[in-house]
Amino acid sequence: MSDLARLTMFEARSGLRAKKFSARELAQAHLAAMAAARSLNAFITETPDRALAQADASDARLARGDGGMLEGLPLAIKDLFCTKDVLTTACSHILDGFRPPYESTVTAKLWQAGAVMLGKTNLDEFAMGSSNATSCRGPVENPWRRRGDNRPLVPGGSSGGSAAAVAARMALGAIGTDTGGSIRQPASFCGVVGVKPTYGRCSRWGVVAFASSLDQAGPMTRSVSDAALLLAAMAGHDPKDSTSAPLAVPDFNAAMTGDIHGLKIGVPTEYRVDGMPMAIEALWRDGIAWLKEAGATPVEISLPMTKYALPTYYIIAPAEASSNLARYDGVRFGLRVPGDSLDAMYEKTRAAGFGAEVKRRVLIGTYVLSAGYYDAYYVRAQKIRTLIARDFAQAFEQCDAILTPTTPSPAFAIGERQDDPVTMYLNDVFTVPANLAGLPAISLPAGLTEDGLPLGLQIIGRAFDEQTMFRVAGVLESAAAFVAEPGQPGGVERTMAARGT
Amino acid sequence: MSKLIQGQTGEWEVVIGLEAHAQIVSDAKLFSGAATSFGAEPNTQVSTVDAAFPGMLPVINRHCVEQAVKTGLGLKARINLVSVFDRKNYFYADLPAGYQISQYKSPIVGKGELMLSMADGEMRRIGITRLHLEQDAGKSLHDRHPALTYVDLNRAGVGLMEIVSEPDLRSAEEAGAYLRKLRSILRYLGTCDGNMEEGSLRCDCNVSVRRPGAELGTRTEIKNVNSVRFVMQAIDYEARRQVAILEDGGSVIQETRLFDPHRSETRPMRTKENDYDYRYFPDPDLLPLELDAAWVESVRRSLPELPDAKKARFVSELGLTPYDADVLVAEKSHADYFETVAKGRNARLAAHWVSVELVGALNEIGAGIDTSPISPAALGQLLDLIEDRTISGRIAKDVFAVMLETGQGAVALVEERGLRQVTDNDAIASAIDAVFAAHADKVAEYRSGKDKLYGFFVGQVMKAMGGKANPGLLNELLKNKLTR
Amino acid sequence: MALDKTIVAKIAMLARIEVPDRELEPLAGELTRILTWIEQLKEVDVTGVEPMTKVAQMKMPMRDDVVDDGGDRDAILRNAPQPAHGFFAVPKVVE
Ligand SMILES: [Mg+2]
Ligand SMILES: [Zn+2]
Repeated sequence: MSDLARLTMFEARSGLRAKKFSARELAQAHLAAMAAARSLNAFITETPDRALAQADASDARLARGDGGMLEGLPLAIKDLFCTKDVLTTACSHILDGFRPPYESTVTAKLWQAGAVMLGKTNLDEFAMGSSNATSCRGPVENPWRRRGDNRPLVPGGSSGGSAAAVAARMALGAIGTDTGGSIRQPASFCGVVGVKPTYGRCSRWGVVAFASSLDQAGPMTRSVSDAALLLAAMAGHDPKDSTSAPLAVPDFNAAMTGDIHGLKIGVPTEYRVDGMPMAIEALWRDGIAWLKEAGATPVEISLPMTKYALPTYYIIAPAEASSNLARYDGVRFGLRVPGDSLDAMYEKTRAAGFGAEVKRRVLIGTYVLSAGYYDAYYVRAQKIRTLIARDFAQAFEQCDAILTPTTPSPAFAIGERQDDPVTMYLNDVFTVPANLAGLPAISLPAGLTEDGLPLGLQIIGRAFDEQTMFRVAGVLESAAAFVAEPGQPGGVERTMAARGT
Repeated sequence: MSKLIQGQTGEWEVVIGLEAHAQIVSDAKLFSGAATSFGAEPNTQVSTVDAAFPGMLPVINRHCVEQAVKTGLGLKARINLVSVFDRKNYFYADLPAGYQISQYKSPIVGKGELMLSMADGEMRRIGITRLHLEQDAGKSLHDRHPALTYVDLNRAGVGLMEIVSEPDLRSAEEAGAYLRKLRSILRYLGTCDGNMEEGSLRCDCNVSVRRPGAELGTRTEIKNVNSVRFVMQAIDYEARRQVAILEDGGSVIQETRLFDPHRSETRPMRTKENDYDYRYFPDPDLLPLELDAAWVESVRRSLPELPDAKKARFVSELGLTPYDADVLVAEKSHADYFETVAKGRNARLAAHWVSVELVGALNEIGAGIDTSPISPAALGQLLDLIEDRTISGRIAKDVFAVMLETGQGAVALVEERGLRQVTDNDAIASAIDAVFAAHADKVAEYRSGKDKLYGFFVGQVMKAMGGKANPGLLNELLKNKLTR
Repeated sequence: MALDKTIVAKIAMLARIEVPDRELEPLAGELTRILTWIEQLKEVDVTGVEPMTKVAQMKMPMRDDVVDDGGDRDAILRNAPQPAHGFFAVPKVVE
């Protein structure tokens, strides 16, 4: 693997500006890394021609000295973002062959800032999953392995391809989407940084919808400051999205002062589940200690509705999805399976086009919205959602940010935990509450399990206060000093012990 | 007049509620920037939002909201400062998203009313239940291919106001009058062009029958009827159908029916059982629609004068009969034309000439009042000639006919054709003498008591004078001479 | 809440997803397990609580009445499985 693929985005940016290497060389290095790690199945559509063309354009701009914020930086794009004329499938057969005649607002902003598109990354079908196992394009392998165990592990999901691409140094950064943890959970499983911004911070226009009131796009990178940089480029008000906040984008990197003196860090009592590995408990305690050492004050807080967040999510998300996915009907785009009536065509198309998990959620969603059940399920869930948001509002009267583990377990083996959907859903127990309340949250790698798998810590911030979240995350990142790297691909074990586990 | 239906076993009362779908007058669609104009090539006025492409999102058109508020205010309805857009979920070829964005639990407009002028001069209040905003669907063409239905999404996403009446209507005639009145109000407001042929105003009719005073019967819904006449025919047919079923000892099935204009009858629509579960829920792509009370007030202040107010003014200020006023205000263009003509003139005379002579003549030549060859100013001149006795009403009709054909002015025509009224006593007197001389027998008969012959003498004198004799003078002189 | 085959068949029909008869039973089992797990929400006292209607505290934006989209039929039809003479074609619908 070329050293050019091992840089952070900030390092690559300085190198480009100092003419140490060209954007073309940087893109080529990443395309080579992608080719070498193809077995991970992280990319489902590679766009090398486009990457090189964009890189050449970047080189031209850099030569003129007018490069953008992300000029020449090669990125991986979750295949949930519509990219103009480039195959966009959400990893569902129902979108076979779909080439959107438009570019999502978020990706358009990236290209505007000078970024280079390497390709589209794998994901759980329609972002419904926590292990990337539901993709119609096959599972993604986590570049990490347990020490002394060669079984392939899941990268997490649904942004599993993006997480794996960043972890395996195939892209300097990637973008994902997070509906219930789909950025943070795979970031945690793959040892990278992932941010779900405040709901309304990034435009949803042109992002294939899963659950409209929960979906947010966000960055996945190898450092917190890279995440702040990438988010700054993606975010911003979009008049085409009625839920996009009409707010200016703050300078997130400037907010990372390294100083958290006087900040109060909430530690929620309820963020524990049965059978949570000791290593996660220990890492959480370490995180509290590191922040305290840096001058912050840990405060115990209570988020009593936490245990209800997951079942609440599993009403609201499927309900919205059942309606959002009604447009996949074989008429205007994607797959069509012929039928001898309109309804037969719909039923056959959707039966063939959707995978098992998507069908399950569409059916659950249809059921909870149907006559006689709407109040008992959907309305009740929206009321509990109010209570969950209220919990956080009260907590933020006592603290400035909240520290929790990102996931209740490290990455597991491909094929594991697939027999029972509910067990799989439990992966998102710590990430879902922030989506329900619309709050920003970041996961950063902070330690390793005894057998060498990365573990993430999560910082949840106040709505539209990503600055404080990044400020705390920056300090936590320095303290954790996570330097371990996955051994895959190439078979070279590069894992080193991280501090504190 | 009884509105009851006479059945085999007694009288039945019809109960009707109407749901009108009025297409909002706007340049762009309700949630997208695609155009709304009628008659474009298929799928040329479709955005990726209207076609529900992946990741596309709705943003509401401010003007459509204002149009709905205007209409609500015009119906004297309550404006809800917070309303919510819901998704109505169902699959159909012309519904690209698989749901229609509509307002279910919290509509933008609440209860209001519409007043109907009945034939007996009474006013009847019809309650408005609500008005809500929603998207129109696309158009399915079933007759272009033996095995396929073609879908055109030009209309998909166009803003509609669904205006729901209370079940206050009691006959097909009342339903027709309601729909005409609603259309008139919409046109006054400029919120819907009311063009039923182009589908800008469509109507679902909820019909049930019951014994007078009894509980409401089971209703059926007749979908998408697109003319006032068809609405009346559909209701008539449906009411009689239901009466026949009930009198036969059967029961009416609650169902959706279609009106077949070729056979003037209704028939059940083919739908799947269980398919009415629309799974409404608030559209998560949108936020509640919040209106500012002060803004609503400013819209209220900007409302034009509506038909009821105009009618009241025509009666109280211009001295028109309620009937004449009603006829004139039904179409705003007629009322406006009338007001221009009537300004500074005899309003009753102007009312007659506009609503009877002009509208009658325009109907015959297939023109509208906006394309009338006679301008309000030109008609006004004609009326001035009548008022100052330059011409008689009789002659005025002839002048009017020529004006309509040639576009010439009344004054010029009267001069050119020498149509001025004769007000010279001697000329009229000598014409009378000539008629008496020619009909001495008739004069004798009259004088011996046959009064009916008076009209004969008037006619003969007028004829002799080419109709130009001043009728007042003629009468005066004729009576004098006959009684002499 | 236990779902039986009939209810699963009904919601599959509403969702327009063909489910072969033999799959109804196992699917009913899976969905029942999920719904049973969701049942724990019944423990929560929601008296007097308003359902959440918006995530971000903001007013809904409105667009001006300006035509700035549409007009590109090719873009709309390009991805269609069965375009015909400028239309989308579907199996014939009888009303
Ligand atoms: Mg209706
Ligand atoms: Zn409607």
